[in-house]
Amino acid sequence: MAKTTVQEFTKGLWAEVPPFRLVLGLCPTLAVTKSVENGIGMGVATTFVLICSNMLISMLRNSIPKRVRIACFIVVIATFVTVVELLMQAYTYPLFLKLGIFIPLIVVNCIVLGRAEAFAAKNGVVASFADGLGMGLGFTLSLTALAIVREVLGNGTFYNIPVFGPSFKPFAFMVQAPGAFVCLGLMLCIMNVLGKK
Amino acid sequence: MERGLNMREMLKLFIAVVVFSAVSGGVLATIQSATKEKIEYQQLKFVKGPTIKAIMEGSSNDPLIDRLMIQDEAAKRNIFIGEFDGKRNTVAFEVFGKGYGGVLGVIVGVNLDNDEIVGIGVTTHSETPGVGSRAKSDPSFAAQFKGKSMKDPLQIKADGGEIDAMSGATITSRGVSGAVIEATKVYERLKPVIIEKIKENKG
Repeated sequence: MAKTTVQEFTKGLWAEVPPFRLVLGLCPTLAVTKSVENGIGMGVATTFVLICSNMLISMLRNSIPKRVRIACFIVVIATFVTVVELLMQAYTYPLFLKLGIFIPLIVVNCIVLGRAEAFAAKNGVVASFADGLGMGLGFTLSLTALAIVREVLGNGTFYNIPVFGPSFKPFAFMVQAPGAFVCLGLMLCIMNVLGKK
Repeated sequence: MERGLNMREMLKLFIAVVVFSAVSGGVLATIQSATKEKIEYQQLKFVKGPTIKAIMEGSSNDPLIDRLMIQDEAAKRNIFIGEFDGKRNTVAFEVFGKGYGGVLGVIVGVNLDNDEIVGIGVTTHSETPGVGSRAKSDPSFAAQFKGKSMKDPLQIKADGGEIDAMSGATITSRGVSGAVIEATKVYERLKPVIIEKIKENKG
C-alpha cells in the first residue's frame, strides 16, 4: 500500500504524531517544555537531525549491510547531532546553554532511530524527506503545545512575555517535573478522545 | 539465516562501519574547525562578555575581538585590549581566587600607561546566594579597586590592606582581593610582552 508524498508528510502531524500517538521521544518532551522558547528550539534541532538522517540513510540504504545497519544509522545520526550542537554553540549560544545535555541526547531519541529503521531504510529519498519533515514538525508542534500550557500556567508568561497582570500567582507545579507528567497525561487523554472514531 | 560468516563477508561489514566512521569523523572535524572561532567568541560574549564590557565601558573597539593570546608560565592567557581616545592602552584578563564556595573568576582591567586598575568584575563563582554572591551583584565592593595602583596594598582591611570587606562575606572578599593580587603578579610578568605585542599588531 503505497502512500503519496503528501500523506507521508501529514501522517507525522496527526495520525502518527510522535510524542502523543507513537509515544516516542518522551525524555526531551518532558524535560525541555518548561518554556515555549526551549520547546521550539528542541523541536527544530530534532527536525533538522530527522530530515538529514532520513535522507542520507535512504540514499545509502542499498549499500549498508543489513547486519551492521544499526551501527551505521547511529553513526549517521550522531554525526548530524554533533553538527547541530556545534552550530547552536556558534549561533544560538544562550539557547544552547538552556537546552544543555538534551541536545547531544537527540542521538538516543527513539523517534530518530525509529524513523531510520522503520521508514528511511525501506523508502526513497523524497518520501523519507517528507516523513522526516512531517515527524519533525509533529514533534515540534507537540513540544510547543505542551510548553504553552506549562509556561503560561507555571510562569505566567508566553515566550517570556507576561500574559497575565501582576496579580497573577504562577502555578509553579506546572514547570516542575510532576507537572510535566500530569500535563502530558492530560494531552494524551485529549488526543485519544479526539482520535476515537 | 546462514550460520557464521566467512572472512569475505566479515571484511565487508568491517569496511562498511570503518568507512561510515571515517567519513563522519572527517565531516565533523571540518565543521568543528569552521565553527571554532565563532564558538569561542560566543562563550566569551555570554560568560565573560558582560563583565569585560562593563570594565571597558566607552572603548572604541570590541575587546572581545581585539585580544591577544599570551603564553604565561604553563598556560595561555587571553588578554583583552581596550582602545580609549585612539590609544590601545587598557588590558583586561581573568584571574582566579579561592572563595567560600569554590573558585572565583575575576576579570581585572589595568591601564598600561599608569598601572592603575580601571575596574574589576566577578565572572564565575559558587558563593552563597545573597551573601558572597554580592561580590558579583553589588558593584560597590568591586568599585573599591577602581583607580587603585597595582602597587597599593590590595588586601582587605582585616589583612592589613585598604579594601573594605563585605559584611558577612569576609572569605569571599578575601578571595576577590586575592585574585586581584594574583592579577598584579601576572601583570608584572606579562606587561613587557603585552606592550610589545600591541605595538606589533599596530604596525
